[in-house]
Amino acid sequence: MSGGQPPGPGDRLPIEAERERRGSRILGPSGRARPEGRRAVLIALMSTVVFFTVLALVVVNSPGWPEIKRSFFNAERFREDLPGIARAFVLNVKLFLMAEVFILVLALFIAVLRSLPGPVFFPIRALAVGYTDLFRGIPTILVIYILGFGAPALQLRGVPKSPFIWAVVALVLVYSAYVAEVYRAGIESIHASQTAAARSLGLSRWQTLRFVVIPQAVRRVIPPLLNDFIGLQKDTALVASIGVVEAFRTAQIDSSATFNFTPYVATALLFVVITIPLARFTDALIARDRRRRQAGAAA
Amino acid sequence: MRRSTVRKLMIGLAVFGLLAAACAEENPVVPAASPSAGETAADCAKGVTTYVNQGQLTIATDNPAFAPWFGGKASKPGSPWKAKPSSGTGDPYSGEGFESAVAYAVAGELGFGDEQVTWGPVNFNQSYKPGPKDFDFFIGQVSYSPVRAQAVDFSDGYYNVQQALVVKKGTPITEVTTFADLRGYKLGAQIGTTSYSYIVDNIQPDEQPNVYDNSNDVIAALNAGQIDGIVVDAPTAYVIVLIGEVPQGTVVGQFPTIGDQEHFGMIFGKENPLVTCVNQAIADLTSAGTLDAIQAKWLKALSYPTIAQS
Repeated sequence: MSGGQPPGPGDRLPIEAERERRGSRILGPSGRARPEGRRAVLIALMSTVVFFTVLALVVVNSPGWPEIKRSFFNAERFREDLPGIARAFVLNVKLFLMAEVFILVLALFIAVLRSLPGPVFFPIRALAVGYTDLFRGIPTILVIYILGFGAPALQLRGVPKSPFIWAVVALVLVYSAYVAEVYRAGIESIHASQTAAARSLGLSRWQTLRFVVIPQAVRRVIPPLLNDFIGLQKDTALVASIGVVEAFRTAQIDSSATFNFTPYVATALLFVVITIPLARFTDALIARDRRRRQAGAAA
Repeated sequence: MRRSTVRKLMIGLAVFGLLAAACAEENPVVPAASPSAGETAADCAKGVTTYVNQGQLTIATDNPAFAPWFGGKASKPGSPWKAKPSSGTGDPYSGEGFESAVAYAVAGELGFGDEQVTWGPVNFNQSYKPGPKDFDFFIGQVSYSPVRAQAVDFSDGYYNVQQALVVKKGTPITEVTTFADLRGYKLGAQIGTTSYSYIVDNIQPDEQPNVYDNSNDVIAALNAGQIDGIVVDAPTAYVIVLIGEVPQGTVVGQFPTIGDQEHFGMIFGKENPLVTCVNQAIADLTSAGTLDAIQAKWLKALSYPTIAQS
């Protein structure tokens, strides 16, 4: 048997019980479809088709449907408004890409500050705790308002006036608080034996963090990091309140000019379209990471 | 397939279908009312049966309600609106302010006394959502446009609108006299207003204008220096400067009408028979000169210099 790769469905295994366990209900251990598996797939397909057909029929035959269709699923409005919304969507993309870079760095910094041991570092730990409490407590839109309108109004020299910049700052401050907690969960989940082993090898505290703890911790928390990234993408719509005309605001403008809600549906579609590839990419990342960590072990 | 599975599926479908049928409602057929010759608006209004609250006229507008459209020195007890003249907000119940006065005048023509008028706060965005409305009509500086009229019914116009430019004194933008002069500046407008489309369609500045949720935010942006000028309808421009919301604020001028004259109309649900009655009321008020008197009382005769198109 070749080493290194975990056994797939096609390999012959020594133990009958293991073979049974690895085969699924649909595919047998040899990879061919079982008779019970075929029936299962058929039932699943049929019931899905029936369910969605009934749902569609109920919706389309409801008395208010023509009005909803004209108001939310209007083809002409969709065609006319989508290009403008897509152009403004580029602003959202710029916002969350810029913000995410700063968030990942700042949050790691705060999480590390919080994990510094010893009484001499107490003020730093307290500051980190205060930061995460404050910015997780204040609603994001309030932070955007306060920074977006308040900071330029101070009229200090050198302070930028652009609402885009203050939007990025506000999002970075708020999301770093959430992501710092995610990192902290990852760091604390690394077993103390790792730290002990690293220290006994002669690595200093910082070297342990840098080479042993943090790489493992970050890999562990990739799913919740992605969660927060997706949340950030949605929250870029909040910056419209300080004047930035991004995708959601463009949809609002089109909607109130025509008294139609189709632009919102178009915006929702754009957001979903960027979220799905991102989620699948992250799934692939996690799967690859798990394969590496569990190479040779029974899956 | 196992018989118990088939049975479960059938039962599930039947239950689902029954629930769906129960949820579907009948759509009532509403007879349209049209005033015959000589019939007054009040008679027409008596023939309408689709009032949201029988025996009352339910009018909706935004909260907060801004001057000079809504005024009053203090709010009526229990009113959701806060009337504060120093901040430029009013209470529709007061009957003061241009749109409040127009609404009560129209209600009077329809045969409703002042006590029979109820006001409900409704966000502008909600006023045109599909489905039955929870108001008889919405009044709130809404401009008529043919596209909008596909979603709701508009009354006839009760005010013709001009846009104006508000800036801070002492800034270079105070010198502009034509659209071309304005092109290099950053302008701002409130969402859902024709002010924004006026900027984009007619002025066409080099930089895209900023858009804000309500007029308070636009003013805050001007105060913070994030925009150089606000485009807003002339009466609101007058009030902004008058009550000093923009310190050192001034109105540079007003913009000419381009294309169809923009006018305000009230919003009704589609095929609401009350529209014809209200149109009759507006016509009667116009011919009697009452509408002009209300306008003269609440909207100061504004004579701003015109910013020329070229």
